[in-house]
Amino acid sequence: MDDSTLERPKAGKGRRWQTRGRIADPAAARDIDLVLGHEPVRRDHLIEYLHRIQDRFGALMPRHLKALADRMRLSEVEVFEVASFYHHFDIRRDDDAGPAAITIRVCDSVSCMLAGGEALVERLTDLVDPAHVRIMRAPCIGRCAEAPAALIGKRAVGHATAERLRDLAAAGTVTPEPVAATRLAEYQAAGGYRLLASMRSGALTPAAITEALSDAGLRGLGGAGFPAGRKWSIVRSFPAPRLMTINADEGEPGTFKDRCLLEADPHRVLEGALIAAQAVEAERIYLYLRDEYAHLHQLLGAEIDALARAELIKPGFIELRRGAGAYVCGEESAMLASIEGRRGLPRHRPPYIAEAGLFGRPTLNHNVETLYWIRDILDHGAEWFAGQGLNGARGLRSFSVSGRVRFPGLKRAPAGITLRELVDQHCGGMAEGHRLAGYLPGGASGGMLPASRADLPLEFGRLEPHGCFIGSHAIVVFSDQDDPAAIALNLMQFFRHESCGQCTPCRLGTEKLVALMEQGALDRALVADIDHAMREGSICGLGQAAPNPLACLIRYFPEALR
Amino acid sequence: MSDPIRFSIDGRPVDAEPGETLWQVAKRLGIAIPHLCHLDQPGYRPDGNCRACLCEIEGERTLAASCIRKPAPGMVVHTASERVSRAQRTVFELIEAGLPARAGAPDPDAPFWHWSEQVAAPQGRLPGRHGVVSPEAAGLSLHDSSHAAIAVDLTACIACGLCERACREVQVNDVIGMAYRGIQTRPVFDADDPMGASTCVGCGECVQVCPTGALLEKTVQTSIKQSGRLPIDREVDTLCPYCGVGCLTRVAVANDRIVRVDGRPGRANDSRLCIKGRFGFDYVHHPHRLIRPLIRRDDAPKRGDASLDPSNPWPTFREASWEEALERAAAGFRRILDRHGGAALAGFGSAKCSNEEAYLFQKLIRQGFGTNNVDHCTRLCHASSVTALMEGIGSGAVSAPFNAALDADFIMIIGARPTENHPVAATYVKEAVRTGKTLVVADPRGSALMRHATHALRFRPGTDVALLNAMLHVIVAENLYDPDYIAAHVDNFDALKANVAECSPEVMAPLCGIDPGMIRTVARLYARSRASLIFWGMGVSQHVHGTDNARCLIALALITGQIGRPGTGLHPLRGQNNVQGASDAGLIPMFYPNYGPVDSPDLTARFQQAWGRPLDPARGLTVVEILHAILADRIKGMLIMGENPAMSDPDQIHARAALARLEHLVVQDIFLTETAWHADVVLPASAHAEKLGTFTNTNRQVQLGRPVLPLPGEARLDIDLLVSLANRLGLGWSYGQQPHPEGGETGVEVSAVYEEMRGHMVSLKGLPWSRIAAEGSVTYPAADATSAGREVLFGDGFPRAGGRARLVPARVSPPNEAPDERYPLVLTTGRLLEHWHTGSMSRRASVLAGLEPEGLAAMHPDEISRRGLIAGDRVRIATRRGAIEARLRADRDVAPGMVFVPFAFNEAAANVLTNPALDPFGKIPELKFAAAQVTALG
Repeated sequence: MDDSTLERPKAGKGRRWQTRGRIADPAAARDIDLVLGHEPVRRDHLIEYLHRIQDRFGALMPRHLKALADRMRLSEVEVFEVASFYHHFDIRRDDDAGPAAITIRVCDSVSCMLAGGEALVERLTDLVDPAHVRIMRAPCIGRCAEAPAALIGKRAVGHATAERLRDLAAAGTVTPEPVAATRLAEYQAAGGYRLLASMRSGALTPAAITEALSDAGLRGLGGAGFPAGRKWSIVRSFPAPRLMTINADEGEPGTFKDRCLLEADPHRVLEGALIAAQAVEAERIYLYLRDEYAHLHQLLGAEIDALARAELIKPGFIELRRGAGAYVCGEESAMLASIEGRRGLPRHRPPYIAEAGLFGRPTLNHNVETLYWIRDILDHGAEWFAGQGLNGARGLRSFSVSGRVRFPGLKRAPAGITLRELVDQHCGGMAEGHRLAGYLPGGASGGMLPASRADLPLEFGRLEPHGCFIGSHAIVVFSDQDDPAAIALNLMQFFRHESCGQCTPCRLGTEKLVALMEQGALDRALVADIDHAMREGSICGLGQAAPNPLACLIRYFPEALR
Repeated sequence: MSDPIRFSIDGRPVDAEPGETLWQVAKRLGIAIPHLCHLDQPGYRPDGNCRACLCEIEGERTLAASCIRKPAPGMVVHTASERVSRAQRTVFELIEAGLPARAGAPDPDAPFWHWSEQVAAPQGRLPGRHGVVSPEAAGLSLHDSSHAAIAVDLTACIACGLCERACREVQVNDVIGMAYRGIQTRPVFDADDPMGASTCVGCGECVQVCPTGALLEKTVQTSIKQSGRLPIDREVDTLCPYCGVGCLTRVAVANDRIVRVDGRPGRANDSRLCIKGRFGFDYVHHPHRLIRPLIRRDDAPKRGDASLDPSNPWPTFREASWEEALERAAAGFRRILDRHGGAALAGFGSAKCSNEEAYLFQKLIRQGFGTNNVDHCTRLCHASSVTALMEGIGSGAVSAPFNAALDADFIMIIGARPTENHPVAATYVKEAVRTGKTLVVADPRGSALMRHATHALRFRPGTDVALLNAMLHVIVAENLYDPDYIAAHVDNFDALKANVAECSPEVMAPLCGIDPGMIRTVARLYARSRASLIFWGMGVSQHVHGTDNARCLIALALITGQIGRPGTGLHPLRGQNNVQGASDAGLIPMFYPNYGPVDSPDLTARFQQAWGRPLDPARGLTVVEILHAILADRIKGMLIMGENPAMSDPDQIHARAALARLEHLVVQDIFLTETAWHADVVLPASAHAEKLGTFTNTNRQVQLGRPVLPLPGEARLDIDLLVSLANRLGLGWSYGQQPHPEGGETGVEVSAVYEEMRGHMVSLKGLPWSRIAAEGSVTYPAADATSAGREVLFGDGFPRAGGRARLVPARVSPPNEAPDERYPLVLTTGRLLEHWHTGSMSRRASVLAGLEPEGLAAMHPDEISRRGLIAGDRVRIATRRGAIEARLRADRDVAPGMVFVPFAFNEAAANVLTNPALDPFGKIPELKFAAAQVTALG
């Protein structure tokens, strides 16, 4: 957020007629009461409240922040520090007219960069009236297969052109497009929620399911690949009360699989979640959805309500939460902080969240896709799932493929497939006129590999010897026409933008690496030192992986270094 | 108790206690691990963000922050492997690249630079601070000098978050947070406001812990700018001179001027301070300091309405030699003694002075003047509390320290605003609430603590007994009392029961304005909690029913057994830094040292024996009674040491008329106070920072204050002045002093005075001078000189006959005067965070005076608009006693229908307005309630 425009109370003599600090504004307090209603406030809902206030008033004004703090019995700074952490919150002066009526966020992440996102911004800037339309650059919005992409208000626009965006702005088309998902009735008609019922009846035991997941080899598909069944056992080993979270904060550049799965079949994920929650006896499920997926917020909100109406869950058992524009909140412990209504800072381990997670309780956290597979595994058997893999890997995976392939998109493919097989068998080969030069196997953080390593199995643990990892299976393919150095710089800028700022190696390391890359001639010993400090010394995976683009650039694309 | 955890650090096998971190174990072994965001002090949670303290744990993929990581059995830890050192060097290199060079840094002696030297990171390889949008580019200055005492220089900020933890978790003021994200992460005040415009209370904890000087005292900043370093000549461990919390301080001196005050570790304050303690020190250097004795000019008659410019006293006073001044002072007393006897004399000592000074003062009055007319400002603050406590439980001191808040499950604070008046004690309460304890704050005025409170009871002013009797009613009616405890320890329960039978919450609610359900809830919580603690202040005591208020609080504790155990008890928050000690030492008209009644013939005989003179067998007069007696011509001469009754006493016009009427008034003080305006002789005395002595804080901790500065000019130590006066009255005191060539005697041995005093005070039995000198702070009572002092009292009964406490029922009674058509508002008085009592010190402290420079009256904004007034304008506030003018401030904490006037401002003196009506038992005036009118000035 731009912090140049904050209203500040006067220091010194000007304040003597009043008490210390910003004075409560009764009108602002009434505004807040209107927005919040008269229900008791919850500390963990702070980010939700900020969303509601911004949705209503277009921006966050200090007078409203003060009134919200008073209502929540927080200090002003406890509200401000949270609001200022998240990029989607727009803090303005009290007397500011507010931002332009329409905001267009043009994605500037790597896939969209390859597809000409920069030119789109330039063209759009020429076409629209800044008084009416505000243009912002945004990190990955999860539409990489339709690059370049943009968000106009809450509406996602794929294959965006400046003219189309101009026309949508002129028409005021800013609400999400409805989703043609499988709704509850349809899902139930096709056998949905029978597994949950048999689990609740006792026919299907948690032990049996856990065993099935272990036999199937299901791993956490948010990026870490931790065996799902083992995770359940660990969480269950800590004393109740326990909680569960669903990580739908998909923000790794190049990743859009969770969006696609939820758009198509939300109940498959929700049933998986309810089975998991039952298995670990979680008291409540929090579904943390990235703010960029406004259409899914509507869909999931409606379907969760439908579940309650159908008495499949108690009202409030699944709580849908909205992120606010912070990649780091995809890191599970940062996500927990965000659900608690705080800045999204990752936590130190130990303790792991399975022991002390959300609100200090043992917490089971799963990625959307991990849950998605549970029903299939139980329906078709662990052996069926385990038998799907290639090259020694087990199971099916959802690959988000973007970049220079003929048919980018969500590709359901065997675990352990190679890049070459994936491109040739699932993506129709390379795009017209492009020759494979390299690829990102795991979004921004998974490193970069050259075409010469296109035959490695895309699987957890198999890319690490090459300085990379598969992570969220976000494959971005680039060609001989792309500049690996520009790609690496784009990724490094992304990390600088998204570093939470908590620990020194990541906060300053991302900044300095960008500065060094922009300067040109690299001091290799210095880069190696920074790489070491970030990898070894950062608190979370973001900082530990952030040097990957530059390290891979130096290792695999030395000719790209000027 | 779990077993120790065996592991190894740098090849050395070691056992860790459960809970110990790797960093702590390393420190114990003498291994110094660099650290920036970690502060090895109580209250500071390790955060592990700076990564300076990384260590290697064999078998782990990444390095770990040793400050936050705990060992596990068999762990093999390396603190200095190349893997570790390389990462550490880079961490420092990254940080240093963004900072100003050491020579140009705000504080080149800051801890960061110390560690930077040790780590010796490579230099010059990295570009400087690069932020995406630099704060300057965004129109935001990295420099913020808006605060009166603190300079902010974010170019030196390393985003370690210590300031945030200081503000949020240690002092619990919640002003600083770490805002924004990534490279833009930085501390902000409120909604990123300038520090000076924020809700910052100026405690300076953030300054004390900042590892780089990004937050720095302006005094230190000036010193460094002038010399390139901080030219500290010496640092002295001493005490804060302000409130009863008694914070331990370390005072830094350069060129005989104080340049910095830091908190020191210890039970009283764990290194914490408040704005007064940290930044209110320069009054000692003020040009108004008295540096030569003064004698009233023959052509300057006394007038009650006199007004005097302290920077030009010459129309009223002339300078005199010590010989002349001391002789004039003593001769006046001798003359009145000869003509009218001791009953015509009186003395006011001071709760600002040391125990030794208090002891000698009361001895001088009793032995030399032969009267018990000796009192001090305790009469104006907690006399009613002490009366109720003495009568009920046989001891006027607190039963538990304020730190007991951390052991309590339920805390009630009534009629006190510790965030302003005992800010460091308040930090322990707020800390307790952070850990989930229940806090009830009861006060007609809103307060900062109410945001933290589980329940806030804003009852109608003057209806304390109604509220408290209703609580007692609930406890009795619902059988929530502790019959076993009562049977074992408490008398008169039946009378209390009968008294509160009619006081149901439903009956009391219309009086006190608190919902009956809320009264029931709070009463139940208090009675049922595992450990409940009550704090109170002057909102309880300064009423005509102040003693009754305190009786109710005592009854709450006694009938529920919420006393005598850890986390329980009664804690009247004492105001002055030594009000506990001065009272203990006998600076009270009805008690010898250690609360021996003066009307006990046995005791009087014992003290006559010790002091070798006949003593007054009757109780003396109290503060307000003495002033009345002057106007009735019964008292003709007074010695006043360090007190300022011309400002602090109610109905000031009357009080000053009394002082002016005195035939002979001798004042010893550091400034020409409003009281000294009426003096015949003024003796320039010593400030706290110039003297050695013991001071007893509200927790019963006897603590050593050490001299930091030399005396200015010809000023003398108060203790030397008392000895000089005593000997001119023929008392023949000998405490190792020597005759001074310019008259009088100096060089009194403080330890000799202390030991004589201790001989009269069984409470100090286990606290010989040698122990206090060695330990610096010892809680009394202690069984002997080697046993720890007892913080929690009365676990084994009470110091009354039979060891039993006694309940005293209190009837609901109205305030002495009620608002009417002419005076429709309720005036209440009190203090501001920045000002100390009558302002003689704090208004001469530049930071404090700068923040609150002028007299004010505060009202609720709705009341202001209802009365057609305008905040910021000057208004006239009048009562039946008089009128003042002050600037009107809008303050939502003041209830509609009320007006609050702080009593620190002589140009708008609250005590012109206050009601001198006295509580019949404690003889304390009703400073918290008067009918008043507020009108616009034309």
